[in-house]
Formats: sequence, C-alpha cells, structure tokens
Amino acid sequence: MSDAGLDAPIVPIVRIVDVHKSFGAVEVLRGISLAVNRGEAVCVIGPSGSGKSTLLRCINGLIPVDRGEVFVGAHAVHKLRADQEMIALRKDVSIVFQQYNLFPHKTALENIMMAPIQVLKQSKEEVEARAHELLKKVRLAGKENSYPGELSGGQQQRVAIARALAMRPSVMLFDEVTAALDPETRKEVLVTIRQLVEEGMTSILVTHEMAFAREIAHNVYFTDHGVIVEEGTPAQLFGSPQKERTRAFLEQVL
Amino acid sequence: MDDIAAWFRWLHQTSGIKLTIFYDSYDRSRFLEGFATTLKLSAYCLILSLLLGAFTAWLCGSKIAAVRRAANGFVQLFRNTPPLVQLYFFYFALGPLLPKVGGMPLLGSLGWAVISLTLLEAAFAAEIFRAGIEAVPRAMIEAAESLGYSRAQVFRLVVLPLALRVTMPAMTNNLVNLVKTTTLAYAIAVPELLYMSAQIWSEQVNVPEMMVVLLISYVAIVGIINQVMQWLEARLRVPGFGQ
Repeated sequence: MSDAGLDAPIVPIVRIVDVHKSFGAVEVLRGISLAVNRGEAVCVIGPSGSGKSTLLRCINGLIPVDRGEVFVGAHAVHKLRADQEMIALRKDVSIVFQQYNLFPHKTALENIMMAPIQVLKQSKEEVEARAHELLKKVRLAGKENSYPGELSGGQQQRVAIARALAMRPSVMLFDEVTAALDPETRKEVLVTIRQLVEEGMTSILVTHEMAFAREIAHNVYFTDHGVIVEEGTPAQLFGSPQKERTRAFLEQVL
Repeated sequence: MDDIAAWFRWLHQTSGIKLTIFYDSYDRSRFLEGFATTLKLSAYCLILSLLLGAFTAWLCGSKIAAVRRAANGFVQLFRNTPPLVQLYFFYFALGPLLPKVGGMPLLGSLGWAVISLTLLEAAFAAEIFRAGIEAVPRAMIEAAESLGYSRAQVFRLVVLPLALRVTMPAMTNNLVNLVKTTTLAYAIAVPELLYMSAQIWSEQVNVPEMMVVLLISYVAIVGIINQVMQWLEARLRVPGFGQ
C-alpha cells in the first residue's frame, strides 16, 4: 500500500456511477456518482437521512444497489452475486461504523486478530505482531486484553479502526465514526484518522465534522435527498458554495 | 462403610425407618444401578438434544421455505404433545417395527428413551437457541460480513458465541427439566432411579423412606447441573454484554 501510489497512473480506485437504491417506497439514493483516486480522502456531508450511510454500504456490498454501477479497483460491486466474490471485495474494503460494532466477547487484541487469521489465513504469530503494532498506532498499547465493554467509546472506535486496518485494505470507509462520541474522545479518533489520511490511505468519510472535512479532504461532496447537490475541493465547497441548498446547509451547521 | 451400614441397621431396629439401600448389598447395587442409568440417560439426552436443538434452530433460519417449515413442524409436534405419549409412541408403536437381531430387539427401552427424550428436549432447545440468535444485534453480523467472513464463519464465530450467552439461563431451565423428565422412562421399564427405587420399595415395603431418598437424589443431580451452569455462565460473562 505504502509505495503503490508513486508510479501508478491516477485512476479512480472507487467509481460510483448513477447509483439508485430504494427501501420499499422510500428512494434513498437517486442517481449518485462520485470518484475517489488512490490515496485521496473524500468527505460526504449532508443532512441526516440523505442516504450517506447507505451509499457507503453500497460500496462494500453490504447493501445491493438497485441500479447503477459501483467499481472498487477490479471489483464490479453491482454485479457480485457469489459469496466468494463478495468476500474478495471485502478483503479490499474496510468499514468503520458509527457504533464501533466490536465483538463484545473478544478482547481488543482478539477483535483485531480474528479476521486476518480466519479470512486472510495469515499465521497467528504474524497477525499478533501486527495487531500489537496497530494498537500502538491508534495509541492503545496496554489495552490488548481489555474487552470492548471495558473501553470508552473513543477507545472502542480506535480498536475498530485498528481492526479494519489489520485487513490491509485498499480503501477505508468511515460511517459517521465520531457521531456517538463526546467532544473529548472525538478528538482522539479524528487524530487517528488524520494520520491515516496523511499516510495516503484512500478514505471515504461520511461525517458531520465540517472543520475536520475542510482540513483533511481532497474532495467534498454535499448530498441531500439522495442526490449530490454539489462537489468540490474543501476551499470551493466551504469557501464559496455555488448552490443555494449548500449555502443554507452550511449556514445551519457552521 | 461398615459403620454406616451398622448405624442404618440400628436406625431401623430402634425407629422403624427402613433404608435397606445402606446395609443390604443387593438393594444398594440396584439403587446405584438406577442412579447410574439416570445419569447416563440424562447425559446422552443433554448432549444430543443440544446438538440437535442447535441444528434445528439453524434450519429454522434457512433460506429454503420447505426446510424452515419442516424444522418448525418438528418443534411444534414435540412441544405440543405429552412427553409420555411420545415415549409410548416410540416404544410401543415404532419399537415393534424394528428388525430383530438374533431374537433381540435392535433397540432396547433405554435406547428408545434416549431418542424420545432427546427429540422432546431438542424441540425446546431449538426455540431457546432461536430466541438467542435473534437477540444478536444485526450490526454485529454486518461488522463480521464487512470483514469478509463467510456465512458459516459469521454464525460460528459471532452469532453462536453471543447467542449462547443470551440463552444460558433459559438453557439451564431446560436441562433441569430434562433430568426430571427422565423419570418418565419408568413407564417403559428403563432401569433408572425411579424404576429401581420402586422395585426396592415394593419388596421392602419402605415407600416413604425411598420417596425421600428419591427426592434428595434428584435435588442433588439438579443441584450439580445448576452449579455447573452457573460456573459456565460466570466464565462466559463478558463486560458490557447481556447484563
């Protein structure tokens, strides 16, 4: 992952084309397109219920799209049917959830080690060494044997990030990862994510942290009612939004 | 041992309380055989019904409607009919249909009791497991799927361990019930604790004494199960889950 970006031509590693998704009569995504280049961080902002989380779940196949195309690297996600193809996709894409979703019956270290051992079939020694490294990276060395229930929200979320990184994904998805945290613990999580983005981890973040999005994103997408209203660099979108809807939203939240 | 035997003999002579199982070697061996049979019957049914129950619960969640319906039908059938009728059905209706091997029935009364009670308890265990599986948060399954786990891995590594913890108290009840229900095997002459005790009291005419012994015996067996389950529950307890 570390030096792959240097010589490679810039092609979008994630490409979403005119994606539609309905739940019953509710149209959640109504033709969304976006592209993310390798090594870039993209933030998706917008009011609650605008389909942001659904969009992320369409990228790693947790939710099948109704119409449109989703490409992640060599995977045509919208065409995947077989379980094996889906598993191959998920080895490349990791997701971090709003509610952490750590396995409560496993310690922090075990949470990180399970998938590399079970899914990637790596050796236990190798995985364990890397898990210790990752815990250090998210500044949780010493919490190896704590159960999720013994950790604060911010600590759990950082374990969840380490668990996702242990898969050595090409793309990381972050689904409002700080929304359930108090201001203090939020900061520790944001610091961790910023570090990842600076290291060149391709990331798609659904977030309500406007200041953070402005600071780290290469591109920002503003969504509302299942469509992308406006996109641009943080300077463009936050500095001089072109659409009335974007301006109104930003006035509300900033 | 001799002191104990002597004391119970003395007890009989002075008070009339007749506990022959403590000083009559024939009665003692019959009683112990009954005790051992009850333990054996309970252990077989316990293990088999847990396995079959888990399997049935898994089938209840199948994608194929016919499989789901069959699994549900099994649960309904065994939950909604009297256990004694089930036992009689297996022993008297199905038993004679089996081929004989060397003049002996292929399956004795103990074998039929194991089958009958296992099916009964598996039906209850399946319901308990199903409730446990449904109690596992959807978000946990989503997290496991997003890490690339196969369906079987999601079930084995995440759903089952969490469901097991949720089901422990209900499962303890079920196991206690199982031990108590083994006394029904008396009806088809399985030489278990109640059957052997009845043989002893009809010869020695010490019905009240043997009844008390029986009750204490079951309290002891069930007590051990409760202890083991409590220990297991404490061992499996994880901070912040299911409390």
